[in-house]
Amino acid sequence: MAEERRQKQCSVILPTESMKAMAESVGVGQLQEESCVAISEEVSYRIKEIAQDALKFMHHGKRRKLTTSDIDNALKLKNVEPLYGFQSQEFIPFRFASGGGRELHFYEEREVDLSDIINTPLPRVPLDVSLKAPKEQQKAESTEPLKVAKPGQEEEAAIQGKSQGATAADGKGKEKGLIRLKPRSTHELSVEQQLYYKEITEACVGSCEAKRAEALQSIATDPGLYQMLPRFSTFISEGVRVNVVQNNLALLIYLMRMVKALMDNPTLYLEKYLHELIPAVVTCIVSKQLCLRPDVDNHWALRDFAARLMAQSCKTFSTTTNNIQSRITKTFTKSWLDDKTQWTTRYGCIAGLAELGPDVIKTLILPRLTVEGARIKAVMEGPVVSNIDKIGADHVQSLLLKHCASVIAKIRPQPDNVEQYRTDYGYLGPMLCSHVMKARTQAALQAQQVNRTTLTITQPRPTLSVSQSGLSGSTGPRTPSIIKVPSSLTLMSPRPGTPSQPSPPATKYIVMATSAGTATTQQVITLSSSQSASPVTSTVPSATSTLQPLVKLESGSGPGLTGSRPLQKYIVVSLPSSASSSLEPKSSVIPTSISSTSLEAGMKMERSESPGASTQSPH
Amino acid sequence: MAAVQGGLVDADEDKDIKTEASNDSWGNNNANDGRLLSPSPGSSASAGSNKSAAGASEEQQTLLAVLQFLRKNKLTESVEILRREAGLPEDSLEPKGAESSGAGSGGASGGVDLEGGDASSLLSRVTASSTAGAQAPTKGPIQSAAWLTDKLSHHSASCPTAKLTHSAGEDQPDVNVVLSAYSQQGDPALYEVYYSGLKRFIESVLDCHRAELSQVFYPLFVHMYLELVYNNHESEAKAFFEKFSGDQECYYEDDLRVLSSLTKKEHMRGNETLLDFRTSKFVLRISRDSYQLLKRHLQERQNNQIWNIIQEHLYIDIFDGMPRSKSQIDAMSGSLAGEAKREANKAKVYYGLLKEPEIELPLDDEDEEAENEEGKPKKKKPKKDSLGSKSKKQDPNAPSQNRIPLPELKDSDKLDKIMYMKEATKRIRLGPDNLPSICFYSFLNAYQGLTAVDFTDDSSLIAGGFADSTVRVWSVTPKKLRKVKSAADLNLIDKESDDVLERIMDEKTASESKILCGHSGPVYGISFSPDRNYLLSSSEDGTVRLWSLQTFTCLVGYKGHNYPVWDTQFSPHGYYFVSGGHDRVARLWATDHYQPLRMFSGHLADVTCTRFHPNSNYVATGSSDRTIRLWDVLNGNCVRIFTGHKGPIHALAFSPNGKFLASGATDGRVLLWDIGHGLMVGELKGHTDTIYSLRFSRDGEILASGSMDNTVRLWDATKAFDDLETDDFTAATGHIHLQDNSQELLLGTYMTKSTPVIHLHFTRRNLLLAAGAYNP
Repeated sequence: MAEERRQKQCSVILPTESMKAMAESVGVGQLQEESCVAISEEVSYRIKEIAQDALKFMHHGKRRKLTTSDIDNALKLKNVEPLYGFQSQEFIPFRFASGGGRELHFYEEREVDLSDIINTPLPRVPLDVSLKAPKEQQKAESTEPLKVAKPGQEEEAAIQGKSQGATAADGKGKEKGLIRLKPRSTHELSVEQQLYYKEITEACVGSCEAKRAEALQSIATDPGLYQMLPRFSTFISEGVRVNVVQNNLALLIYLMRMVKALMDNPTLYLEKYLHELIPAVVTCIVSKQLCLRPDVDNHWALRDFAARLMAQSCKTFSTTTNNIQSRITKTFTKSWLDDKTQWTTRYGCIAGLAELGPDVIKTLILPRLTVEGARIKAVMEGPVVSNIDKIGADHVQSLLLKHCASVIAKIRPQPDNVEQYRTDYGYLGPMLCSHVMKARTQAALQAQQVNRTTLTITQPRPTLSVSQSGLSGSTGPRTPSIIKVPSSLTLMSPRPGTPSQPSPPATKYIVMATSAGTATTQQVITLSSSQSASPVTSTVPSATSTLQPLVKLESGSGPGLTGSRPLQKYIVVSLPSSASSSLEPKSSVIPTSISSTSLEAGMKMERSESPGASTQSPH
Repeated sequence: MAAVQGGLVDADEDKDIKTEASNDSWGNNNANDGRLLSPSPGSSASAGSNKSAAGASEEQQTLLAVLQFLRKNKLTESVEILRREAGLPEDSLEPKGAESSGAGSGGASGGVDLEGGDASSLLSRVTASSTAGAQAPTKGPIQSAAWLTDKLSHHSASCPTAKLTHSAGEDQPDVNVVLSAYSQQGDPALYEVYYSGLKRFIESVLDCHRAELSQVFYPLFVHMYLELVYNNHESEAKAFFEKFSGDQECYYEDDLRVLSSLTKKEHMRGNETLLDFRTSKFVLRISRDSYQLLKRHLQERQNNQIWNIIQEHLYIDIFDGMPRSKSQIDAMSGSLAGEAKREANKAKVYYGLLKEPEIELPLDDEDEEAENEEGKPKKKKPKKDSLGSKSKKQDPNAPSQNRIPLPELKDSDKLDKIMYMKEATKRIRLGPDNLPSICFYSFLNAYQGLTAVDFTDDSSLIAGGFADSTVRVWSVTPKKLRKVKSAADLNLIDKESDDVLERIMDEKTASESKILCGHSGPVYGISFSPDRNYLLSSSEDGTVRLWSLQTFTCLVGYKGHNYPVWDTQFSPHGYYFVSGGHDRVARLWATDHYQPLRMFSGHLADVTCTRFHPNSNYVATGSSDRTIRLWDVLNGNCVRIFTGHKGPIHALAFSPNGKFLASGATDGRVLLWDIGHGLMVGELKGHTDTIYSLRFSRDGEILASGSMDNTVRLWDATKAFDDLETDDFTAATGHIHLQDNSQELLLGTYMTKSTPVIHLHFTRRNLLLAAGAYNP
């Protein structure tokens, strides 16, 4: 390669045409070919010589670009008058033209009207040289990835930039940024926003449950919270940090509910704040101790709830670039596999993994069942160590049974043999077997398995009444009290436009249509107004475990959505944009009224449908 | 600044005497040549008495001298007639003359190299064997003139009138003489045959010799090419170049590029690269075995063409022992004129540090209080001892305290020294586990115009030189820069008051930065005086300016360099400074003299950077001829030549103990040199672009290098120097064998976003400061 290049260097000389053109331009016509060759060789040589000298000036000027002034200096060095008028800002001021069999590079000279120059306003004076050093001298770590500037966080960055200082490179960039860019807007909060923020945060962690519900409702629905998002996210992450240390379970739960509400708000983009929120949530899942009295307090519910939040954010925000899901999975798995991990953390890890879906259960949890079973056995049947361990093991056991049963039910062929289960899954085998059998029967009964144990709906405000058209045949509205469903849980008739009471704006409903043989889909229906809402807005393929909130299924026979299929069931899920699924500390009551009605419906449905549907859709 | 008593300059007569003395030391040869300088035929005849002309008949010499004279006066016809009558072979005149001139120059530089005699005797042997008759090296006017050029290029330090020798155009006659050595007629078609014949031979020899003999390729190639060009065989020259240029080592690419553009005899005039090649002999270091092999081969083949070139233009430094390996050769080669002769690095260098002047250290208030409680004498004594023991121990390698006269310390200097010591006690001990923090000063809106930066030793001021001819000074401490009041205002102040130094300052002029205007070209070098009262700047306009930082005005413009001055630096003790530029000469100045005290001449291309040794007795210069030279300030001699870089050298740094030198070049490598032994001791690879700044930490443990590639790299200097101090063999033979351990020595790489690092500075507490202009 070098050889080729050198040969090229050797032979490059200016074409004789250029010589001719130049001669013509100064009035010498009819230059002989030989003289042209001689001149061009000479000129080429001199140009190369000057270029080499000019390079010297470039090197000493500590630049990478050769400038016209370098050439001037090189000419001066040779006692030649420099070329004036080539101080062009453009890199190469030459234009290329071809035509008439000639190819030329030329310097474009425009005719300039003097009056234009005189009349144009003076250009802005260029900025003067200035010297900058980072305020605090920090070591620039080349390995440290450059921080991505977060648009919503500028005000923080600006504040922190001063107090903490950034890396040298980073800090420099900032200072330079100030020169080139216009100053960044500092998202100052208005007085109203400040008041609002204060009210909301106080209500969220205050003692009044009603106020809290209102505040959460506001966070989940208000469209104008974007400017406050950085503050909320800092509030939450700081709050979790403090309250984990103080073992304040109640406050942690309140904060998680805030996270939930933020995630529910469709106008907010949490991607930029996940770096604060995810650590907070994960802390609530796996922390060793979350409450003052681990033997009495129900911190398990918080772990479950946070795990679901985590799963939801994984589904929503995980991309190939941030890899949230795989990173979270790795974190959970790593601490689960550690022998020294306490039962509380162990529970959190398993819950976190289990919520990520049946695939994760299948690949990560099922293979560990034997080991985990042995560990549980050691605690349950071994010498009494401590009550706390026992409780922990107990919870882990039921958690595993709960999550694994449904998955095993799907992947394992019948019949369920207890002995077989014991050999496959060890200590947990027999229990699993019974759970699986139960799951199978249940699945046979219904497509939907509502076994969220920890949720209570405490929303006191009835927002919707329910009409059940298919099931009871009565189309009249019922008050929530009749079916004893907390208000936010709303059962919708598949026919649109039937709610008898206006719903709050932008409440989301997901209508799940499940039919035999087809994959489940979710249909998100936004009812903007009660009368003229068109139900179908979007169809989101989704795994079913995202839908933690309450679910109601109905036999669909209405004309609106059923389409051609006469026997299709609809699961109406209310996505709790109005803080529907709220978490009550120390309570694990299941709203039985729903399940009773829904189960009936489900049973009816399943009987009429093919039984295969039950294994297809583990709702 | 106080004038130096009995200094280098005050004794102007001393200087003259010294010059003469050194002339004498060159021996008889020189004394004779000195008389030959007047180019008259008569004196050329007397050259026949040259002692090196062994066994030559006087007749023949006279004849030759006459022939030379006629030839010079373009009387070709008479030359022909005379020659035919005398029966001399056609080509006897030119080559022999050239050879003798080569021998003459070898003898001339004999003061420095002892090999000269050996070379000339070798030469006479070869001449005797190859051609009969006219063996006598003749001293004609041409030769003496040619020799003059050589002499000037080597020793113009002692004769200031020679400073323009190399400037093109003014020395046209000399160039002609120089070039005439190429006017040898041979069959141009055979050049390729000769060269490829030699190539085949070298490829067929034993492996151990091949690497050594391959060194011959490059200089041979260049000289053969130049001969072809000189004799107007343009197409042959081109063909020759194209055929063989690819074989040359890649680090000669830059030179080959210059060479490739040179295709006509006319071009050769005024081409500096060419002059370098001709005026200086390319130095090769070859083991005796390999050399014998080459010699035998050339004699067997009667390959006079190549043999002549080797004799005339190459200097072969023969050593006894094992031939060197390829990597060993590559490490040392790359310079414009081959390797340094071993003899060039044999002179004794006093690299030790000067004894620190004893200063009573007044303890600060806190200490004083503590002392009063504990009892004064107890604490003061040990402290004094620790200081004393450090300075009293005389380094055996240090020059004597008054080897060169140094300025007396003023009270303010003493105060500063005390500050320095106080700071030094708070210094952080650096090491591989304890790397320095780096603070980067970026110049914004410099529009590619920042060309030089310097920090004061106490890191309180920064100066920047810019392409727009300005020099700017910033204060980086809260203390603003203030001018001294005008003379009228100064009359008004109370001179008796205690704070008179404060009162003379004009508060109205306080600002964070000051602009110094005066140069008429880009400012390429900048240096603060150690006492922070002065600033030096060197510029493209050929001047070095001295600025006062009290009045912020220009005090002196030192003229002497007629071409751009690339670098300048104050001596660590103040008063003296050194500058180097495009005219290939480095000059030593004193601030109170408008003419240089010493001129260090010998580099074959621009002097790109200059550095004072910590003991002020030596000056190191780096050049675009890819060598580093160390000069003795006392007598102006070149005491070290370091070769090994493959590109122009842009950064130099002495280790704080004065033993080592680090150098950085455009090839992106840092080389480490042991000054005492004159050896390369390390190679640090990692940078991908020109290194513009090098700096050792205050204790010498860390070497920081800053480069155009936007990185600062830190190297473990302790480890780099520790490994080799045990090795005596290399010191004796001069053959280095470097292990490639750059990665182990690299302690850290720190990137900037888009800011080339052009200056580095360790504060007294070992915080690393870096500076550069942001390049959007």
